[in-house]
Amino acid sequence: MSLQKADVERIAHLARLALTEEEAARYSGELSNILDFVRQMEGVDTEGVVPMAHPLDATLRLRPDQVTEADERSLFQSIAPMATEGLYLVPKVIE
Amino acid sequence: MYDKTLAELSAGLHAGAFSSRELTEETLKRIHALNGTLNAFISITDDVALAEADAADARRAAGERGALLGIPLAHKDIFCTKGVKTSCASRMLDSFVAPYDATVVARLRQAGAVMVGKTNMDEFAMGSSNETSFYGPVRNPWDLNAVPGGSSGGSAAAVAARLVTVATGTDTGGSIRQPAALCGVTGIKPSYGQVSRYGMIAFASSLDQGGPLAHSAEDCAILLDAMAGFDPRDSTSLERPAPDYLSTLNAPLAGVRIGLPVEYFGEGLDVQVDGVIQEAVRTLQRLGAVLKTISLPNTPLAVPTYYVLALAEASSNLARYDGVRYGYRCEQPRDLQDLYTRSRSEGFGAEVKRRIMIGTYTLSAGYYDAYYLKAQKVRRLISNDFLRAFKEVDVILGPTSPTVAFNLGEKTADPVTMYLSDIYTIAVNLAGLPAISVPAGFVGGRPVGMQMIGGYWREASLLNIAHRYQQETDWHTQMPTAVDR
Repeated sequence: MSLQKADVERIAHLARLALTEEEAARYSGELSNILDFVRQMEGVDTEGVVPMAHPLDATLRLRPDQVTEADERSLFQSIAPMATEGLYLVPKVIE
Repeated sequence: MYDKTLAELSAGLHAGAFSSRELTEETLKRIHALNGTLNAFISITDDVALAEADAADARRAAGERGALLGIPLAHKDIFCTKGVKTSCASRMLDSFVAPYDATVVARLRQAGAVMVGKTNMDEFAMGSSNETSFYGPVRNPWDLNAVPGGSSGGSAAAVAARLVTVATGTDTGGSIRQPAALCGVTGIKPSYGQVSRYGMIAFASSLDQGGPLAHSAEDCAILLDAMAGFDPRDSTSLERPAPDYLSTLNAPLAGVRIGLPVEYFGEGLDVQVDGVIQEAVRTLQRLGAVLKTISLPNTPLAVPTYYVLALAEASSNLARYDGVRYGYRCEQPRDLQDLYTRSRSEGFGAEVKRRIMIGTYTLSAGYYDAYYLKAQKVRRLISNDFLRAFKEVDVILGPTSPTVAFNLGEKTADPVTMYLSDIYTIAVNLAGLPAISVPAGFVGGRPVGMQMIGGYWREASLLNIAHRYQQETDWHTQMPTAVDR
């Protein structure tokens, strides 16, 4: 399994990561090695095996649809890199 | 004072031999003196600690008692602590001051424990050597050239060096047990769902579990008693009666059936580590345990399966770091895309990026069935191995790690070699079982840990066996020479 530089760039884009030329070259080797390593699973017969998503096969609990938490918006926005008047600020999206 | 156990410190506070203020001041002094050497702490919280110590003394004066009232402890920097920097050892969260407490932190605060600081770790708990931390590696108190293990390396080193008697950690693939083994301390990963994950920064949600590190099994039991229990704020927390880890600590071991998996004693295991574990097994046999050779045939698949599942979950969990709501934000973003991409590229370290990339790939269109779904199926086979074994034995025993602590820089060049150092711990997380690592001896002056794995909710049995073993041995009481002052 060998990932080409174009594959690495596509994955980086999906992950919203920017790679330098040097990083892209290094990652294509390292990622290929890791993927080769995990391919050991391929030879295992898993016909009819139910996928295990949770260690105890528990389903997530539901709670009544009631307000239980206090409004902490201003506290949470106080640690935002940029926020004003209750809004998080990002670069302009629509011209 | 620093070489006392939690139980001894607790007795001293009860008897009025010293106050929490005095104990906390001593503790902080020792941390400041040794942290430059060990780098075990990211933050030392003097002001919080002294205020909490005074509050604990006041509560005691008002008649309150409790094993943790006034006891200094350290939290792994993955647990959110209100008003205190919570970095997860990442540049991404270097400026993040948590606006709330994790449930684990709140419970220990409630019990009167005194937080003296936040411990160093691998960035976002991704690593087995503590070398991926944004704040630099932690050094092993037994040998300053050796790694402490990871990812809870700061907590393990802090306990080993007697900077604190107890610390919290988290374990996704061995991150409590492996550093406990490499630093010569005791650490337990509880069953999945036993300790709340609320406020514990997520790595791989179906595997992450918090737990204690301490000198002894008894001290782990005291801490776990306060940490564990149902939490409505964690949707994967399980509603079960309050566990009791302490009342069975001294139960006799006569007839306890211990399984020794052939796969844990084969190729890759250091011969001298094997010798140490065999000696520990003989000690347990003298205490009445009955031994049985068992097989966990899917063991070789655990590491590859883990790296598919954990990295897929990590890529999803870490998508939240976008430079908008909290954490690192790049300077002068050109547009929204640039804000996301540069904040993440500048905020995450190399190992975290590597893991996000792998997880993104295995979850991407066309690859999901071949990787993630396949791994979930193999996970079931690995889990079934354990369920089958627990029909014949009460606990499963083996080494925690195939070798003693390796040297700093020794395994950083090849990610796969590093991943394989968790070969005995990872399957336990896939199955969601509890497991403990107990100091069992030394090889070349570096500690060896013995791992015991129990069935679901059998933490008390593990603590019982470990405690009885520690009554017969003194490995857990030995003091690292590099910091013996």
